Amino acid sequence: MKILTEHIDVPNIDTIDVFMKHGGYSAVKKALKKMSPDEVTEEVKKSGLRGRGGAGFPMGMKWSFLAKPEGVPRYLVCNADESEPGTFKDHYLMWKSPHTLIEGMIVSSFALGANTSYIYVRGELMYVIAILEKAIQEAYDKGLLGKNILGSGYDLDLFVQPGGGAYICGEETALLESLEGKRGNPRNKPPFPAVKGLWQCPTVVNNVESIAATSWIVNNGGDAYAAIGVGRSTGTKLISASGHIKKPGVYEIPLGITVEDFIYSDEWCGGIRDGHKLKAVVAGGSSVPILPAELIITTAAGEKRLMTYESLSDGGFVSGTMLGSGGFVVMDETACIVHNTLTFAKFYHHESCGQCSPCREGTGWMDKVINRIEHGQGRIEDIDLLVDVAKKIEGNTICPLGDAAAWPVAAAIRHFRDEFEWHIEHPELATKPGAVFMRKGASWTK
Amino acid sequence: MSKIVFPAETLELVKKIIARYPEGKQKSAILPILHLAQAEWKWCSPEVMDYVGTLMSISPIEVYEVASFYTMFHLEPVGEHVIEYCRTGPCCLMGGVEVYDHLKKRLKINTGETTKDGKFTIKEVECLAACGWGPVFQIREKYYMHLTNEKVDQIIDELSK
Repeated sequence: MKILTEHIDVPNIDTIDVFMKHGGYSAVKKALKKMSPDEVTEEVKKSGLRGRGGAGFPMGMKWSFLAKPEGVPRYLVCNADESEPGTFKDHYLMWKSPHTLIEGMIVSSFALGANTSYIYVRGELMYVIAILEKAIQEAYDKGLLGKNILGSGYDLDLFVQPGGGAYICGEETALLESLEGKRGNPRNKPPFPAVKGLWQCPTVVNNVESIAATSWIVNNGGDAYAAIGVGRSTGTKLISASGHIKKPGVYEIPLGITVEDFIYSDEWCGGIRDGHKLKAVVAGGSSVPILPAELIITTAAGEKRLMTYESLSDGGFVSGTMLGSGGFVVMDETACIVHNTLTFAKFYHHESCGQCSPCREGTGWMDKVINRIEHGQGRIEDIDLLVDVAKKIEGNTICPLGDAAAWPVAAAIRHFRDEFEWHIEHPELATKPGAVFMRKGASWTK
Repeated sequence: MSKIVFPAETLELVKKIIARYPEGKQKSAILPILHLAQAEWKWCSPEVMDYVGTLMSISPIEVYEVASFYTMFHLEPVGEHVIEYCRTGPCCLMGGVEVYDHLKKRLKINTGETTKDGKFTIKEVECLAACGWGPVFQIREKYYMHLTNEKVDQIIDELSK
């Protein structure tokens, strides 16, 4: 079942004529000519679609919070600042099929009553920005953007805004600050963007994939979307698969397939690269807890784990993780957990905006302490020190970057404490190039 | 460096960019304009940032504080080609560390340095959202994916011509 990527490999699908030949922009026609904005919102609510940027908040509900005072403009801002390590699905979708996003932007803007919308794309993706701008121009030329779209009386202008290289701008209020031309420091909430967002006007910020899915929902109805998936995990999800698998790439999966299938089936990742064994997975982007092989394939209760929001988080942070953004990083027995955790700790240290002390100072501490463990200068008490620092960051910051920085460190120690201990107790072995700790009796140990 | 003024066609583009935002909200144009400035002058020198401030009728400090927050803006001179390699987890899993070491050896410089001939600068950056195609680096807007030592050599040879 493919909703977003059905035609993604059709040659020239990035041009509007080919896109329309494959049914593109039919949702715009249907929504603007046959439906009211509230009816579109109702279908999105019924679909059960949850925010695909990582938070998983029901999209229709988020839309329903939008304040609608008379005479005040409302905005839709698409969050295309994809920067979570392990995640490259929005990059792929916008690069291959820009009109899929633009169609969703028109439908969603119509539902929200926005007459100006922005797509905030991370600045590194300048070539994707060029692709989007060309596609937007094509949509204007066909009368799908601009004044009185398709004679419906609805006006919409759509612009692309480049970021400047800052992970924090993926946090919606930091994104709005950035779009206003400022440093990307997250805002205190409330007020939420739905009440006071861009330029203090009511604003909805949604992820690329979420917005892109609304076209299909308009065409086929919210119930049809909700029929895909399991329970509260409805529809399809783009999963960015990377690491030690046979076929890295972006896959659109119906939510609810088993994790085992996703890793080993030829339809998806194709299994672990030849001659190697699964050691660990970061299932939803760098911020979510890493899980060892046994806990990612089955839950602690012994059930097959599914690719759903609920199943991946089964067991909480003791034995579970999160679906997050769907950044699925697979590691085999050659991966050093300490080194990988260090790269994530460095990432958060670099990307902390510096506004809140626990995050600004704590991310630096974690980076420094893991760095010394990795380089053979760790002390055994460093492990508990890391856990302590992570705890002091978590929940004590304005935005979730603090949590995102704390979780991967805490989880790496929770599930791979012996690997940290080995680094500290055997620096002469651990610092050899390519040296990796082998846990006795583990399924990945050779 | 010649006098700091955008060419006429870029100035036209600047006008169009400023028109994307409502009246009085032109400060939003700062990131797009800084990108144009960096494309024109390679790096954001104080003089370049002052010029951007003048163009946008905002004070220089407003430009400095924004430019210094975002990692894409070079606040020091850089070489003709700035190679920005992704050092985050997934690219490292795919052998990134070895490939980047090779790059540094090949150019005989470390991260953050520029070759003596001014041709290349190497910078270490965070995740470039291309994890499944790693190891990855970026030179200007172009992504170079699935890097190997051999590929790195080819790219450097090509750009050295």
